[in-house]
Amino acid sequence: MRKLLFALAAPVGAFVLTIIISSIALWMFGSNPFSAYGDMLGHAAKLETQVDILNRATPLYISAVAAAIGFRMNLFNIGVEGQYLFAFLIAAQVGSLVVLPQVFHILLIMTVAVLVGAAYAGIAGVLKVTRGVNEVISTIMLNAIAITGLIALLQQRWQADQENFTSTTLGTNPIPESGLIPNINGIVEIFTRDIGQGKQLTGMLIVAILVGLAYHFLLTRMRFGFDLRASGANPFAARAGGIPPKRMVVAAMVLSGAAAGLIGLVELNEKAKFSPNPIKGLGFAGIAVALLGRNNPGGMVFAALLFAFLDVSAGILQNTQAATKEIVNIMQGIVLLVAVIAYGVTARIQSREEAKATAEALRATEGMEVAT
Amino acid sequence: MTAAIELIGITKRFPGVIANDDVNLTVEKGEIHAICGENGAGKSTLMKILYGMQPADEGRMLVNGEEVNFSTPNDAIDRGIGMVHQHFMLADQLTVLENIILGAEPTNGGVIKFKEAEAHLAKVAADYGLTIDPNDMIESLEVGERQRVEIIKVLYRGAEILILDEPTAVLVPQEVEALFDNMRELKAAGSTIIFIDHKLDEVLEISDSITVLRHGKTVASMPNEGVTAHDLAELMVGSELPTPETSESTVTSTVALDVREVTVADEDGRNVVENINFQIHKGEILGIAGVEGNGQSELIDAIIGTADIRQGAMSLLGTDISNMSVRKRRELGIAYVPEDRHVEGLMLDAPLWENAALGHQTQSPYGSRWLINRDGARTQTELIKEEFDVRTPNIDVSAHALSGGNQQKLIIGRELTSNPSLLIAAHPTRGIDVGAQAAVWEQIRTARANGLATLLISADLDELIGLSDTIVVMLRGRLVARLAPEDVTPRDLGAYMTGAATQNSDEAA
Repeated sequence: MRKLLFALAAPVGAFVLTIIISSIALWMFGSNPFSAYGDMLGHAAKLETQVDILNRATPLYISAVAAAIGFRMNLFNIGVEGQYLFAFLIAAQVGSLVVLPQVFHILLIMTVAVLVGAAYAGIAGVLKVTRGVNEVISTIMLNAIAITGLIALLQQRWQADQENFTSTTLGTNPIPESGLIPNINGIVEIFTRDIGQGKQLTGMLIVAILVGLAYHFLLTRMRFGFDLRASGANPFAARAGGIPPKRMVVAAMVLSGAAAGLIGLVELNEKAKFSPNPIKGLGFAGIAVALLGRNNPGGMVFAALLFAFLDVSAGILQNTQAATKEIVNIMQGIVLLVAVIAYGVTARIQSREEAKATAEALRATEGMEVAT
Repeated sequence: MTAAIELIGITKRFPGVIANDDVNLTVEKGEIHAICGENGAGKSTLMKILYGMQPADEGRMLVNGEEVNFSTPNDAIDRGIGMVHQHFMLADQLTVLENIILGAEPTNGGVIKFKEAEAHLAKVAADYGLTIDPNDMIESLEVGERQRVEIIKVLYRGAEILILDEPTAVLVPQEVEALFDNMRELKAAGSTIIFIDHKLDEVLEISDSITVLRHGKTVASMPNEGVTAHDLAELMVGSELPTPETSESTVTSTVALDVREVTVADEDGRNVVENINFQIHKGEILGIAGVEGNGQSELIDAIIGTADIRQGAMSLLGTDISNMSVRKRRELGIAYVPEDRHVEGLMLDAPLWENAALGHQTQSPYGSRWLINRDGARTQTELIKEEFDVRTPNIDVSAHALSGGNQQKLIIGRELTSNPSLLIAAHPTRGIDVGAQAAVWEQIRTARANGLATLLISADLDELIGLSDTIVVMLRGRLVARLAPEDVTPRDLGAYMTGAATQNSDEAA
């Protein structure tokens, strides 16, 4: 009971504080906070908006898992951004070159994306253990190399119809139907009404759920996950316990990059190609989602949904003119900041309470003084 | 004449231990006052209180006869007290002068007045007879020179009372001589020096007065006249504790660990363990005595595999382990009780059952190559809890919630229940209460009777003598003596540990 109370105290407290601070911000912008929140919630109640939110939450969640794998052992993979965009481009190109039975075609594209992401992140891991390069620096630089270098270069070379392309043919050659994961509108429509406005719920949602389950299994059931958490919890004890620190760094980076490779597939399945202006920033947003969800497979689900809801709300606020859409970025920032502080405070209280409770439990059961 | 420092009835408690228990200390002006005691005797805590880094729970402090109450080191510095830490706090990429003025830069509208600072530094250096080139980069200096920079830094801020925290621990013998010359110069210039050390020959050489701490209490305070190293060793170690009973020998003829001509170098390439040879048989406890910092930790690191050896070879039950990974060695049966359970022993924020699995997660019952067996691990942890008397309401509490003694019992339990063939135990009873201490001893003795080979390192000489079948003494990275525990006293050991007594090298090898 107490445990549950503690687990809820931080998110609830953070939520209330965020609402208060956001309201002040809205009011300062000259908007009515109540009508802004009303518009946001009113729209979120619609099935079509919910589809939008889930479509946005899907890549955010995968990205958060990628970041969280590193965070679990105090590795900061800032390079998810570059890893997913690079993997996206390569997977799009490879997928467009072949025609295979659907299952194999989809698996091929996924495998390519995962391998490219893993290999690209692995560079930072290898640099860290062989040359002592801090992974934050190397992944930031690898982001620049991927986005402004490799992608810019390859994208031109792989441009469909080199001679006379129009705005609709910009990008790589489209992937044949067999390479695309179908939407899962049908599954949702069993429980609800038909989804309108031509909205499609991405099939990658299923993949994201599987990624979350795999991450949970890795952390709680697998030896590698134990080693990962131990290395993060106390690297010295982990090393003395036989966990090879260097190999863990490379493995964690590779695994993080592998998850990152899947992020771009959400957009790839929607557009069937790599367009010159893919959705950027998902890698960085994933870091925020991982922080908010405390690297926890379940917590990050809520965090991803919250961020997705706010992202989608930006468009709604712009349409209804209830507030400027930038308020959404402010809210995301506030919720993150407040949540991190709230987690820190409750963790400290909780740890003190636990020590006290343990001492008391012992005194009660044994009727003897515990060392003070 | 009023004393420079007077501490009256200082008491400081930490969860599970009393670090200082009614400590009294009087340091006269212009003297070099040594404070000695074993590790964990409370020396560092006392100095932290004096320097304002920690508040005392009880007691009074007088500086130059005035009652003071420090809440930060700045308060202590204002009263003319300066501390030179054992680990230097210098910026490698800055010059000597820049390091010395760092944090107290003389400025003129935001511009640092280097000329003025350099002149002041030259004056301080001349006053105290210390030579240093203010424009040298720190990274280019030897360890001894860096220490001198630290001392000058303190003097530059106007300190008249200097606290030197184990200043010789990082120095080679020639550098120690240079440091002592500097200390004599400082004394001649009127400074008061408090000097923490546990190498007795050094204490006797340099100090005017000596205070000995043991188990957080002052056991003696005397002028350095007619005192011998043997007297000090006895005061430090004490002889009032009952020696843990030596039971009949269980040593077999099977060699478990064979260490041959092993040399280990530190990061700077200096040999910290040099050409060491020993064997431990099944059922034998080999005790290594030595003042901390004489290569014991590095030897342990080499055996468990967290440090590489430069030369030599090691084998466990006939299998060469010299180049094996830590995990392979542990799977082969090396159990390890680290010297600091919070550093290498536990994940403090993780539940007990995960802590029990640490180091054994690849093996039954905790897990396998790929998976963790949660049920197996939990059952095993319950078993450790019962068998090793780990006092905890359940096995899901975090390790930090347990008292030190119970944390240690958990570690001993997880290592001894893993069916090891070699146990490396570094200070297995450090900082735990008497009840837990007896339990740990009993467990080690039982394991020995069952044929476990044990390498025991301890600063508690009674423990070492009581448990060991053989004792070797380590000094400056070498084994300098080999002794039978039946006919050795803590006093004798202390003499070998500090180099006051020697054995010819044939016997030691």
